[in-house]
Amino acid sequence: MTSETEVVTSVAAGAWSCPLPLRDHERIVTGHGGGGRLSSELIEHLFRPAFGGGVDDPSHDAVVLPLPTGGDRLAFSTDSYVVTPVIFPGGSIGDLAVNGTVNDIAMTGAVPLVLSTAFVLEEGLELATLGRIAEDMGRAATAAEVQLVTGDTKVVEARDRGGLTITTAGFGVVPEGVELGPRRVRPGDQVLLSGPIGQHGMAIMSLREGLEFETELRTDSAPLAGLVQTMLAAAPGGGVRALRDATRGGFAAVLCELAEAGDTGIEYVERDVPVPGDVAAACGFLGLDPTHVANEGKLVAVVAPEVTDEVLAAMRSHPHGREAVRVGEVVEDHRGIVVARTGIGARRVVDLPLGEQLPRIC
Amino acid sequence: MKYLDEFNDPELARQQFEDIERIVTRPWALMEVCGGQTHSIVRNGIDQLLPEQVRLIHGPGCPVCVTPLETIDKALAIAARNDTIFCSFGDMLRVPGSHHDLFQIRSNGGDVRVVYSPLDAVRIAADNPDKEVVFFGIGFETTAPANAMTVVEAKRRGLTNFSMLVSHVLVPPAIAAIASSPDTQVNAYLAAGHVNVVMGTAEYEPLVARFDVPIVVTGFEPLDVLEGIRRALLQLEQGRAEVENAYPRAVQAGGNPAAQAVLADVFEVCDRPWRGIGVIPASGWRLSPRYREFDAEHRFEVQDLHVEESPLCRSGEVLQGLIKPNECEQFGTTCTPRKPLGATMVSSEGACAAYYQYRRLDVPEKVRA
Repeated sequence: MTSETEVVTSVAAGAWSCPLPLRDHERIVTGHGGGGRLSSELIEHLFRPAFGGGVDDPSHDAVVLPLPTGGDRLAFSTDSYVVTPVIFPGGSIGDLAVNGTVNDIAMTGAVPLVLSTAFVLEEGLELATLGRIAEDMGRAATAAEVQLVTGDTKVVEARDRGGLTITTAGFGVVPEGVELGPRRVRPGDQVLLSGPIGQHGMAIMSLREGLEFETELRTDSAPLAGLVQTMLAAAPGGGVRALRDATRGGFAAVLCELAEAGDTGIEYVERDVPVPGDVAAACGFLGLDPTHVANEGKLVAVVAPEVTDEVLAAMRSHPHGREAVRVGEVVEDHRGIVVARTGIGARRVVDLPLGEQLPRIC
Repeated sequence: MKYLDEFNDPELARQQFEDIERIVTRPWALMEVCGGQTHSIVRNGIDQLLPEQVRLIHGPGCPVCVTPLETIDKALAIAARNDTIFCSFGDMLRVPGSHHDLFQIRSNGGDVRVVYSPLDAVRIAADNPDKEVVFFGIGFETTAPANAMTVVEAKRRGLTNFSMLVSHVLVPPAIAAIASSPDTQVNAYLAAGHVNVVMGTAEYEPLVARFDVPIVVTGFEPLDVLEGIRRALLQLEQGRAEVENAYPRAVQAGGNPAAQAVLADVFEVCDRPWRGIGVIPASGWRLSPRYREFDAEHRFEVQDLHVEESPLCRSGEVLQGLIKPNECEQFGTTCTPRKPLGATMVSSEGACAAYYQYRRLDVPEKVRA
């Protein structure tokens, strides 16, 4: 390489490039929790080898387990919730902790039944704040038709300014005959999206220290189990192939996971993906890609072509799917890879973000 | 969305591509100077839809990329100090130094904070009088006015615990360096519009005269970039070489005089090393003597720096066309975009990274819509 101490009076065009991260980390960095490549690597290279096999579909946030006694199958999931600030436009960490796990269970096609709750509270947390969060959890559970049945509370020394972590786990029952997963995805299947993307992530971002831009953005946090059952009812013959809630990593990450796990190509049309104006504007000036921004109440569905219209109509009849759209399709080519058709009609490869998205310099 | 959707219109884009197709009679190579334009071109697939005779060469305008390794290592050494709060724009946190990056400093207990405006660092300094607060001030002429104002503000408030690690770089000397190369292939330049918002267009006139190349001030949305390309090609085909403004909704010939006045007060021109390239004379800004007390390099004695680019890397040969990326022994094995040995594997626009990506993803190299 050219030494940086050597003076050059001219350079060859093309000798410029942009550094990317170091891969080998001795310690956890924030990107390991970002839902991108670093998260996947942590699971693949650290947790899975240590835990042993047994999970069919490692990309899924919930597992479906047959009961030893036969009969119904259980869907089981757990998730921890950390968010700053804990209360934000349209909701709180309480809503998220309920809806997030409910949605992970729902994406298996299951009807969620019960959730456990575990709180790690930092000393200094205001009781009024905790009370508000607990009320939000109760209200969200009622709306999602799940019961909060058991729990635990611990207190730790303050790290931040009195925050908290909530872990919920829960299970639901998968109806007879319902079998969802990326391996059921076939070329020709259609990709549906339940509504506009990017609201949750940008609502949180708008409150972050130093940003605080003015916006009407609110979280889209919502329970999706009802929407899922409506969709399944509209295509009783197994026409719904796979479902994913587009949380961390956003819409794009979900498509990448589906393509990889299903070993199929996916192609979508950028212009057909609804991005609200204020989300597009906020992403524009921060240099973020709305397809990588987190949602808390949106799902991506892959459905058989012959039931697309029925499922789409069913989604639009449901309050949480009113703005559902068809955005793309499963293709034979480029297996494991997602390709977007750009606004001006070209194509580009869509990849998982490496770690968390960072606002760029200019 | 006002000013976003309008400049991403598929029908207008189609007309632009048709116009460009009509204009072009022979091969041309254009360089878009700015990384933001490269991003727009790659993300929207503009290069795929241009006539085959038109080649886009990606330019040096990514401040993150060209910040010298030694400066990154200095930043890492300062950020690791117990008495220091190190503030940076987010995307610098991932840039590898010789041994690690700012994320790793943070996970090892360093107080590294992402700020969204340099003025936030001044506020942090005021709130933490017992700590040294250092802001990583990098970028082209675009970010320089805000950084300059931050230093002015710190001085006004009499803050003694605030300093800035400055590694500013300038566009015109970089264009001059590329254009002076005897084997340069660039026929015309698309200048970085947001740099011209600050600096205006006058300093590009001598470049056009000296190198006889068109320079077209260009914006960032797809239609902006296409308009820049169209005007550059039109000049080339008509045998003209002029400074032209294809981004008039943002750029005025005189630039922003108020910003220029602050820049002239706070900064002075210096030689600057560019990562992967070498030192380009008079291509950077450092704090002027009037503000030296706020210069982090002046304030912190950073010693024992062992700057190390990989000795295995053959990117120099790749860049000179002596070998193809996949002829390097390290290609795809010890050297991947995730763990790059050298500059060309680091960015998706680098030759090695492009080879790696196409092989890995096995997607047709040119997909025509």
